[in-house]
Amino acid sequence: MHELSLITSVVETVTESLGPYPGARVLAVTLRVGALASVIPESLEFCYGIASEGTPLEGSRLVVNVLPVIMHCAPCGEDVELEGVQSFRCPRCGAPCSEMRQGRELEIDSIEIDEAEAGA
Amino acid sequence: MTTRIVELRRGILKKNDELAAGLRTSYAAAGVLVLNLVSSPGTGKTAFLERTLRELRARGARVAALVGDLETDNDARRLAASGAPVRQINTHGICHLDAEMIGKHLEDWDRVALGGVPLGGLDYLFIENVGNLVCPSSYDLGEKIRIVLLSVTEGEDKPLKYPTMFNSADAAVITKIDIAEPCGFDRDEALKNINEIRPGIRIFETSAKTGAGMENWLEYLAELRGNHGA
Repeated sequence: MHELSLITSVVETVTESLGPYPGARVLAVTLRVGALASVIPESLEFCYGIASEGTPLEGSRLVVNVLPVIMHCAPCGEDVELEGVQSFRCPRCGAPCSEMRQGRELEIDSIEIDEAEAGA
Repeated sequence: MTTRIVELRRGILKKNDELAAGLRTSYAAAGVLVLNLVSSPGTGKTAFLERTLRELRARGARVAALVGDLETDNDARRLAASGAPVRQINTHGICHLDAEMIGKHLEDWDRVALGGVPLGGLDYLFIENVGNLVCPSSYDLGEKIRIVLLSVTEGEDKPLKYPTMFNSADAAVITKIDIAEPCGFDRDEALKNINEIRPGIRIFETSAKTGAGMENWLEYLAELRGNHGA
């Protein structure tokens, strides 16, 4: 439900990061989104089209990489990847896991820019 | 065409996270324990908080509350009947509270209602979030403890449907247990589902109407303060 405000923040951050590349055009923006981040990739993509209009990001691609939840299993002494988000148990030994290593990320990973028009 | 990949590695909620970290530092400096209450609309957050404020005040604790809603100050008026300082935050359409809203209201509040003392020398500050089991989970308000509430009138599978919220909570409160039976509430199923999503979480079964379970909840709050002050 708050995808538009998240994407607006992505557009602002990316626009600010273009400082060292004057005139550059953004081709793609890649996000890292944890499976437990409470956002819907399709909704992010939909909002992206609206929020990027009239900015250097207009017409660029949004790539959303969804990261699985990784928990630490104390009995196994290892980090384990969950198959879904319906049960927080170790898929190997079945022990309940409460220590999360990955799953709530909400990050801008990288951007792909075209510098060709810089200074033109 | 000269393309280049630029690594940014920036949190999308970085601004909120930074503001929340600042709030966390000021809460700790003021010695106030801050709790963020989240649930669906209609779970009974306000009734539960009304009773909590009243009972804590009766025990001599200094308490206050911030309450978020899209519109109206109905909840603030209800909570203020407890005698505690209460402030309404209207988000005007925004589906969650964020750290900026909290910071802004506290700044103003310190000056006006709490006599210029940072956080008024409070023991507890409760933040009642906007009723929504999705978005508030992403926004850190600098709280020490996040409480998720679930009423017996909702499905026992709410934790499975909204895993992020339940997984990010520090304790869970089941509300309205006085009407559990007519609602056909399956207690074992609800407890099992909460534990599946957040293994080992403390669960309180309460009724703000009859006062059932409030004793355990208030003990937990006292424990938290004990640990908090240490």
